[in-house]
Amino acid sequence: MSNIHVRTKINGDVVEYVCEADETLLDVLRNRLGLTGAKEGCGTGDCGACSVTIDGRLTCSCLVLGAEADGSEIGTIEGMANGEQLHPLQRKFLEHAALQCGICTPGILVAAKALLEHNPKPTETEVRFGLAGNLCRCTGYDKIVRAVMDAAQEMRRA
Amino acid sequence: MRYERPTTMKQASVLLTREKGSAFVLAGGTDLLVRMRTGFVEPDLVIDIKRIPATREITSAAGGFKIGAAVTGAELGEHAKLKKAWPGVVEAANLIGSKQVQGRCTMTGNLCNASPAADSVPALVAAGAKAVIVGPNGKRTIPVEQVPVAPGKTSLKKGEIIESIVLPQRPPRSGDAYLRFIPRTEMDIAVVGVGVSVTLDAKGVCTDARVSLGAVAPTVLLVPEAAKALIGTKIDKAALDALAKACSAACRPIDDKRGTREYRIKVAGVLARRAAQIARKRAAGNARDRAGGK
Repeated sequence: MSNIHVRTKINGDVVEYVCEADETLLDVLRNRLGLTGAKEGCGTGDCGACSVTIDGRLTCSCLVLGAEADGSEIGTIEGMANGEQLHPLQRKFLEHAALQCGICTPGILVAAKALLEHNPKPTETEVRFGLAGNLCRCTGYDKIVRAVMDAAQEMRRA
Repeated sequence: MRYERPTTMKQASVLLTREKGSAFVLAGGTDLLVRMRTGFVEPDLVIDIKRIPATREITSAAGGFKIGAAVTGAELGEHAKLKKAWPGVVEAANLIGSKQVQGRCTMTGNLCNASPAADSVPALVAAGAKAVIVGPNGKRTIPVEQVPVAPGKTSLKKGEIIESIVLPQRPPRSGDAYLRFIPRTEMDIAVVGVGVSVTLDAKGVCTDARVSLGAVAPTVLLVPEAAKALIGTKIDKAALDALAKACSAACRPIDDKRGTREYRIKVAGVLARRAAQIARKRAAGNARDRAGGK
């Protein structure tokens, strides 16, 4: 099996890696690059725990080959906070206690950020549709939706 | 497994033709990677077609649109002109999966996956869309309904790849719609799907129609009898009754966990009636009704 050399930008930094042809981007991020924020829930694109952005587009990294990412810009949860300063979404998730076990949280934050970039003033229904690709088995979603709505409001004022 | 990323359709076709093992074409990967992951397929070669420029573009073609095989659902939804001309097709494509899946999934993939329940396919069939195929013997163009031949099987021959899907020019006073029934509000597979496209004359009489059904037979069906029920009418109650009857009569569904045979036959008629009404309103220039679950 021949290894493939890939050059990407991850969270703004140039990153090069070597991967196998059948390795997913999720496995590359977690196992080769130590970026373990993206989680593997289902491995089949149903749960959204592995959500990242590729060239600004929200995607399940379990459904992307590592080799495909060559030349793309990838955004992961590790790039969300600005140093020590949390992103408003991250802060609001803490304030609203919008997480319990936390497995789904990185994926939901990445998806929520993509949602608010596209639609800075979503209705509750739009938030629920926008996050329909992210499963949470603990919270029942209400606190997550409230946190996203609150963060959106704060980001609009900023 | 080997991974190749050709930059022309010809190179892609040569790679596919020469491969002695199992070879798969990769665009969005929302079906292929799931199949690889679950062990359903073990490719020797994966050919990523996203570096081929023709697969990435939506272009005007003969008054209609040419949609590259790797154009994503999200990109379709952002194309204002396409949405205006073919709202039913775009809505059908946008019903597939989550936002994450929309960022990658393609209509050509939906077509080649050959699921009878594929959401975008009835809308494409109703639209009279054609698939442009590149293979060892050059290019050929066939109606999309001739691509799937059985669940998971297509009519593509060894070395053939779909480069794009072509939607024809829209005559004035035309409209289309796609509706599906799912037990949830989002993120589910169609129990029944119906695509309807109509063209009206200045008096509101239907001069042309195409009707297609999904998830009620081994492949998506084009139902000429259902179209006949609309043509020559003002799509009034009698015409809608005849349409519903023709759609139910065309169904050859199975019983499964999503719905019984009887239920699918009944719902096909109900959805066809609703989709035809939306298509008619759109054709008459009234686009207030929205199809689909979003």
